[in-house]
Amino acid sequence: MRLIARHIRKDYGGRTVLKDCSYEFDAHAVYALMGPNGCGKSTFLRICSLLERPDSGDALFSDGATMLLPDLSLRRRITLVLARTGVFNTTVYRNAAYGLSIRGAGKAEIARKVKEALNFVGLGHKIDQHARTLSSGETQRLGIARALAVEPEILFLDEPTASVDQENTEIIESLIMKMRTDGKTMVIMTTHDRDQADRLADQVLVIRDGSITRH
Amino acid sequence: MDLFLQAISHAFSLIVHLDPVLTGIIVLSLKVSGYALIIATVLGLPAGAFLGLKRFPARDLAISTINTFMGLPPVVVGLFLYLLLSRKGPLGFMGLLYSPSAMIIAQTVLAVPIVTALCHSAIMSVDPIIRQAARTLGATDTQETLAVIREARYGILSALLAAFGRVMAEVGAILIVGGNIAGYTRVMTTTIALETDKGNFELALALGIILLAISFLVNAALHFVRKKGMVHTS
Ligand SMILES: Nc1ncnc2c1ncn2[C@@H]1O[C@H](COP(=O)(O)OP(=O)(O)OP(=O)(O)O)[C@@H](O)[C@H]1O
Ligand SMILES: [Mg+2]
Repeated sequence: MRLIARHIRKDYGGRTVLKDCSYEFDAHAVYALMGPNGCGKSTFLRICSLLERPDSGDALFSDGATMLLPDLSLRRRITLVLARTGVFNTTVYRNAAYGLSIRGAGKAEIARKVKEALNFVGLGHKIDQHARTLSSGETQRLGIARALAVEPEILFLDEPTASVDQENTEIIESLIMKMRTDGKTMVIMTTHDRDQADRLADQVLVIRDGSITRH
Repeated sequence: MDLFLQAISHAFSLIVHLDPVLTGIIVLSLKVSGYALIIATVLGLPAGAFLGLKRFPARDLAISTINTFMGLPPVVVGLFLYLLLSRKGPLGFMGLLYSPSAMIIAQTVLAVPIVTALCHSAIMSVDPIIRQAARTLGATDTQETLAVIREARYGILSALLAAFGRVMAEVGAILIVGGNIAGYTRVMTTTIALETDKGNFELALALGIILLAISFLVNAALHFVRKKGMVHTS
């Protein structure tokens, strides 16, 4: 699946945050989105993950030559991991199972995929722990596992390593690296760390004055 | 003093021997308040969720109104329902006055604003990030709302317990619309009022003790639920 951002514009209370953002994102590649605080990175991710409507322009998705309608079924093929995870007040397992259970997946399928996702982020041994008792690094990883459990074709990560320590940063980076080599998921992440962007991404992009440019 | 001690000992003997009149009254009380709570939940929880999660014009007005109705004087509710249900009233044809159904309606009217207002505040206290998280994972509008309700479950349970406690202890409204008919519409509070008036303290005291015990249990449950809700909210 490809994502085409076409002339996306977004204003908040009369102030233009995104003026004209256009870019074509290829399937299976990793993109890092940079730019100063408040330049509109998170806004861009929310719009591209269909959580928010732009004031003009579009986030378009295509499968080969077919354009996809922005409906529930498309929304369920993409996932955004928020900068602050927002864990549900329940166990690690149930958090990770949420996306699958609202899709009506069967118990066995949920158990298999949740375990796989939690093992992938290194939380397999914390499956029954209460999610609100995790450290912030573990919480961030749970957020990623929760998103990966539904096997999205596009994964948006909003500052996945902003509030975690060195060790967790390395774990999360290696996860992204692994997704890049697996080549099954498009990843679009935001970061303030230039070196990290270079390490992880096939393409580094910058939002400046409301537009996206290649770095 | 003698009268008092005698009454107390008789009261306990009624309780210990599970006096059929006593248990009948207790069962009816629990039934009336239980049904009222169920109906109030069916109406008040969605209303509270709607007020908490949807933006619409006059939302603030609706919330203020509900909060005002929380403090509705029971006798006034009783009076209005009496006028509605009495034979000449607009709903008189249903023949509900002086029946347990009328009492259930009265308690429901009292409980709905409580359930709505407290569920509303329970839902408002859920971090908005929860809604967003549900949405990012592919939730529909309904699933998103359910995720928030699930998150507010302890607060909602507290709301229901508080409403139950309030209507169980209420007397003004059900006395007016229930009429205190022996073996038919007499519940704990109305019986206490009537028997005390007649000087029959044994039954009144026995019911008073039971009422206190129920109130204690409700409050203990409330405390337990709040504590449980607190554990993992930081
Ligand atoms: N819902 C909103 N209502 C009003 N203003 C908003 C809203 N969301 C974002 N903004 C504003 O839009 C601008 C861009 O915000 P955004 O969160 O997209 O920036 P960002 O690039 O992600 O910043 P950071 O690096 O700090 O995360 C900010 O000035 C912010 O205040
Ligand atoms: Mg941001």
